[in-house]
Amino acid sequence: MPWWLEVLIKSAILLFVVVTSFAYAMLVERKVLGWMQLRPGPNRVGPWGLMQPAADAAKLMLKEDLTPKTADPLIYKLAPFISLLTAFSVYAVIPFGASSTGATWAIGNVNAGILLILAIASIGVYGISLGGWASGSKYPLLGSVRSTAQMISYELAMALSFVGVLILAGTTSLDGIVNAQLRWWFVVPQFFGFLIYVITAVAETNRAPFDLVEAETELVAGFHTEYSGLRFGLFFIAEYVNMLTVSCIAALLFFGGWNAPFGLTMVPGVVWFILKVCCFMFFYIWLRATLPRLRYDRLMAFGWKVLLPVAVLNLIVTAIVVAYHG
Amino acid sequence: MTRKHLFNVGALLRGLSITFGYMFRRKPTIQYPSVKKQHAPRFHGLHELRRYGDGKERCIGCELCSSVCPANAITVIGAENAPTDRRSPGERYAARYEIDELRCIFCGMCEEACPTDAIVLTPRFEMADYRRGSFVYDKDRLLVPPAAGVGTPPDERPGGIPGDLGRVAEIKSTVDVAKGYSATWRGEVLKTQRKGLAIIKPPQEAS
Repeated sequence: MPWWLEVLIKSAILLFVVVTSFAYAMLVERKVLGWMQLRPGPNRVGPWGLMQPAADAAKLMLKEDLTPKTADPLIYKLAPFISLLTAFSVYAVIPFGASSTGATWAIGNVNAGILLILAIASIGVYGISLGGWASGSKYPLLGSVRSTAQMISYELAMALSFVGVLILAGTTSLDGIVNAQLRWWFVVPQFFGFLIYVITAVAETNRAPFDLVEAETELVAGFHTEYSGLRFGLFFIAEYVNMLTVSCIAALLFFGGWNAPFGLTMVPGVVWFILKVCCFMFFYIWLRATLPRLRYDRLMAFGWKVLLPVAVLNLIVTAIVVAYHG
Repeated sequence: MTRKHLFNVGALLRGLSITFGYMFRRKPTIQYPSVKKQHAPRFHGLHELRRYGDGKERCIGCELCSSVCPANAITVIGAENAPTDRRSPGERYAARYEIDELRCIFCGMCEEACPTDAIVLTPRFEMADYRRGSFVYDKDRLLVPPAAGVGTPPDERPGGIPGDLGRVAEIKSTVDVAKGYSATWRGEVLKTQRKGLAIIKPPQEAS
């Protein structure tokens, strides 16, 4: 099989898997939020509400596609695609299973995988900030200004929380990082790094309690106030795919990826990986149901005055320990 | 931002445990269109015009309801009973009886004013429709079927009994499941009852 055909087939499968899991992540989120608020959640479309994503998709497609008079049409129309494209392209380097078993479980096995992910993820902020700016209206602009500040300041601490793991693993390839966790998961030696990662990941994906970018009680809908129909849907998909991405990264970097816990190797690695990702997805939904939104200045203060110093300290301590014992 | 706010991890964990526990609690939701809550018998809902046990209409066309109505929602046009075909026990009956349910404020004054307990408010509340005109309920829709009559009509001979006038409370409970007729739902009462709530499941509409 020529390499391009293999990549094409893998991409098609991955696209299908990611879009489907986005659709059902959304349903699960609405269900779980409902349960936590003593509601049954969506249950009208299909058995147990399982056709709800299809109904939502149909609704979004049939909605009118509005462009405000004051908007910059080209950038306004481009922004959702930037968000979606960056959200999806991260999956090119995320491995779902061990490459050593013969078939490669990733589209591209890049030896600087984690750096590539960081690089692609930071482009994602353009979709949000350009979309809000190009809308030509005040609430989206406020949302996009917030997103720029928030994502930039939290990305710093996030990248630093990766470095601890990279020092321990001695490689930037995701495959290598997972293989380095055969002895113990990096959540144990890098517990503070893990905490920082979880917090910054919530901020990076603009989810509650750090959803100041959307902040429906203050900014109507934040950066996507003016968007409707399928364009809004693209932002929506991007948000959930990003959620999935950060869950994947958490599982890969801190929870041993596809390594089976307690020596339960009869279950395939992919299943373990998916299970770990699902746990993280649930955790993000759980957080959203529990915590109120932070005030904007507290969010920034928390990022710069707490997370960043702790991340640096964690990095220094890890480096010293590895230098003397490694 | 004080230190207390920043590092109060215990409060965070407690919050998380509360929401997690709520996930498994029983949901108080009533699955409305498929399961319906039975309202109290005296709930002020859609009106109905009553009959006596022998099938005669209670309304005598006195127009007291229409004059007491604060929203001017009721129109009554009375007519003389024909000697051969008596619609009501009195001299007159309502030839036309219309209630505009969009004007009605469901205060229940009509029911209090009625000398023969002919007009009553039922617990029925589902009146949604597509046209404004269909909210003007005429006699066809207000009057109960003859089999659903309640109470004894007055004996009109000199010295006869006055009927069941003034006993609204007793007659009002039209939700009589045992008799198989209910002015509110024609359906079975579910056996599962929650605190103070009877849940009624309407029968499947034959389509």
